[in-house]
Amino acid sequence: MPVTENWKPTIVAFCCNWCSYAGADLAGSSRLAYPADVKIIKVPCSCRVNPMFVLRAFEKGADGVILCGCHPGDCHYSTGNYYARRRMTLLFSMLDYLGIEDGRTRVEWVSAAEGVKFSETMNSFVETVRALGPSVRLGDLRCKN
Amino acid sequence: MKRIGVFVCHCGSNIAATVDVKKVVEMALLEQGVVHAEDYPYMCSEAGQQRIAEAIREKQLEGIVVCSCSPRMHEATFRKCAERNGLNPYLVEIANVREHCSWIHKDMQEATQKAVILMRAAVAKVHLNTPLQAGESAVTKRALVIGGGIAGIQTALDIADAGYPVDIVEKEPSIGGRMSQLDKTFPTLDCSACILTPKMVEAAAHENITIHTWSEVEKVSGFVGSFTVEIRKKARYVNMDKCTGCGICQEKCPSKKPLSEFNRGLNTRTAIYTPFAQAIPNVPVIDPNACIKLKTGKCGICEKFCQAGAIDYTQKDEILTQQYGAIVVATGFDTIKLDKYGEYAYNESKDVITSLELERIMNAAGPTKGHLERLSDGKAPKEIVFIQCVGSRCSDDRGKPYCSKICCMYTAKHAMLIRDKYPDTNVTVFYIDVRTPGKNFDEFYRRAVEDYGVNYVKGQVGKVAPQPDGSLLVHGVDLLENKQILKKADMVVLATAIEPNPDARKIATMLTASIDTNNFLTEAHPKLRPVESPTAGVFLSGVAQGPKDIPETVAQAGAAAVKVIGLLAKDKLKTNPCTAKADELRCNGCSQCANVCPYGAISYETRQVNDHGIREDRRIAVVNSALCQGCGACTVTCPSGAMDLQGFSNRQIIAEVDAICR
Amino acid sequence: MSCVEQIKRISGVEPLKCMKCGKCSASCPSFNEMDIKPHQFVTYVIHDDVQALANSRSAWKCLSCFACIERCPRNVQPGKIIDAARQLLIRQRGQEGLSADVIPQLLDEETPQQLLMSAFRKYRR
Repeated sequence: MPVTENWKPTIVAFCCNWCSYAGADLAGSSRLAYPADVKIIKVPCSCRVNPMFVLRAFEKGADGVILCGCHPGDCHYSTGNYYARRRMTLLFSMLDYLGIEDGRTRVEWVSAAEGVKFSETMNSFVETVRALGPSVRLGDLRCKN
Repeated sequence: MKRIGVFVCHCGSNIAATVDVKKVVEMALLEQGVVHAEDYPYMCSEAGQQRIAEAIREKQLEGIVVCSCSPRMHEATFRKCAERNGLNPYLVEIANVREHCSWIHKDMQEATQKAVILMRAAVAKVHLNTPLQAGESAVTKRALVIGGGIAGIQTALDIADAGYPVDIVEKEPSIGGRMSQLDKTFPTLDCSACILTPKMVEAAAHENITIHTWSEVEKVSGFVGSFTVEIRKKARYVNMDKCTGCGICQEKCPSKKPLSEFNRGLNTRTAIYTPFAQAIPNVPVIDPNACIKLKTGKCGICEKFCQAGAIDYTQKDEILTQQYGAIVVATGFDTIKLDKYGEYAYNESKDVITSLELERIMNAAGPTKGHLERLSDGKAPKEIVFIQCVGSRCSDDRGKPYCSKICCMYTAKHAMLIRDKYPDTNVTVFYIDVRTPGKNFDEFYRRAVEDYGVNYVKGQVGKVAPQPDGSLLVHGVDLLENKQILKKADMVVLATAIEPNPDARKIATMLTASIDTNNFLTEAHPKLRPVESPTAGVFLSGVAQGPKDIPETVAQAGAAAVKVIGLLAKDKLKTNPCTAKADELRCNGCSQCANVCPYGAISYETRQVNDHGIREDRRIAVVNSALCQGCGACTVTCPSGAMDLQGFSNRQIIAEVDAICR
Repeated sequence: MSCVEQIKRISGVEPLKCMKCGKCSASCPSFNEMDIKPHQFVTYVIHDDVQALANSRSAWKCLSCFACIERCPRNVQPGKIIDAARQLLIRQRGQEGLSADVIPQLLDEETPQQLLMSAFRKYRR
């Protein structure tokens, strides 16, 4: 697919309500810029993110998906981020195999106090995705004629 | 198809300056089901809410999207507004177009585009929202305060005065905390013990306060209104009911080697000890690592001399399990270790001390009985150098990045007290900035300079070199005179950075309370909710939340108490209705959800189901909505997709994903 | 690229992190030899006044003992900035002194390389 100069990636960020969503809020109130390509979806905990959501995003045309949760040990629900980390590790290695490069998927720990980290993380993630260009679309084979 | 209203807030110019709100309204009207869309300068205002109310009535809205600030700010406001006007509050969704859009993007077109997408995602989600009813849970009318320093004592007193029972858990043998180690307090120079001891006595005597010293919180479970806490009461080896506090055991104890924690290791104590004279409770503990009887089985001198028969070498740790409605964290601070600051020779010379050690030296009950003397040779120092910001404001890995806040003031206090008591002793303070925001603080510092002749030099010290004659050569600089200073000193006092109690992280993890990279507990909102943790039912008091002096700590302790009282005064709490729920037709009873549930909220029952006309008994997961906190771990684990989270259902999140990727 | 940018790039240091505590100057053994003191040196770089630095003796009086680098609480590491300024000034002056192929013969295995490099920069005027 040809990449034009003005190409803007679509990036979905799943943020847990207790740490990362608040971290994103702090980045906002501290006016720490990151690209508008990032759209945040609030989930109660990183463990709420079903691998299905990530697949759906790539199917619908996302170029990158990032999952942000509380630091290990700091999960509001004690252990949710550990589940998320395991599930995503497995999923991402499969996605890489399917042709969705490793750089398009990421798990990051951002606490409510880390507005700077949130902004830096998003900047570096968008930069990585931009370098990779548009992602291959996952297709639902059942819909093929 | 739901009838949906979209309300776009300008937030003055906070949103409208970078997001074309009219365009967002225009685009909203193109969305399926949107029957009403409007913008208004302040949606959260009385008039703004009035507009929402009118639209609900006139357009018979079945769902609302407010494009405004973060849901953490005003979600509750708009939900209440909906509820007042006959719409279920959970049919309201917020599109965060301020914190996540207008405040971080500069380009209007780009920001508007993103705001439209965020609005679309919220509209897509609200189409699938279902009315939810909040349940109720009971409140245990008892509070736990972790930490028995001035913060914990004040919080406990205020809660107890309101009529609720409070337990204080303190890991040291006595309550009192850091304040009990101080000699005088700024800016009034009150004697610390004189103002603290009455509070300690009041707490001990209060009918609503139970003090557990020599105890630690071991395990916490439950949630706001009903926490279950296990407290380890460490073996004291002294029967608290029998001991009269006569002190003969400490006089006779032959094990005199262990360093006194209370005196910061500057002198020793006995194996059976009370940390200080005014200790509460005035019952000693036996240090099992130092007691000859406990280590070798031979000795028993204290038991022989104790007339009350209070010594009991067979005591074991006890676990106390108690229910609480609210928990206050008041774990306080310690000074940082100075091992990484070789240039100040703290480990090399006994005459380089921290300010907290100086407090003990200046105190009449301290290791030198209150005489200012060098610890190396007992001589009176004639030249004292104070070094500020030791480990504070450091961006390297040796120190802490924050300002410890109290050092400027206590150094002025020390300097003043020394000049007052020993006028022939010269005092030099090397500072970077003198920070004295606080009532009567700057006046206090100026008095040190103008009335007491304390020599303030702007410039950090590079090195302290112990000399063969026992003196200390201080390599400093005067940045205003632009010259290097080599000063011979008899004593050097380091204003050592403070850090949260090393147990703070452990306790925060147990409470699932947020904690920052410096191990200070995070408040629910940095300005508007400074004494609450984001975890409901957990409150913050004192330095556990951030560096504070005594007046601020006491103020915050009172504020935390008020929040606790407000909680305990309720008979029932509304619970979060966003809980998990199993679809009985899809559940196959595999138990995987129960395995991942951190709250034990899932059980199974055998129920007759009607699956497409076939009736059969099946084992089905049942979620106890009072216990479920709505994390969603079970929903992802469920292999058949039977488990879903209300308010964050699979379909809702997928609808958001679709709207964003559209 | 401006001189400040070049100094930042060569040294890998961000001078804006300086909180002006003066610990570098307190630690500096060459303090009395310098007209622009180490802490001032950092401020001159922040204010883009490289001309003043070029005219001063300070860059050539720094011993590269790295006491300031070791002790700086803000990771500004004035020694690295001074070293970078020195390098910049030499580059601006152009080729002179030793040529690359002479150097190996002058090397002494006992002498630390860092010291040699600093010495070359300072004394080849």
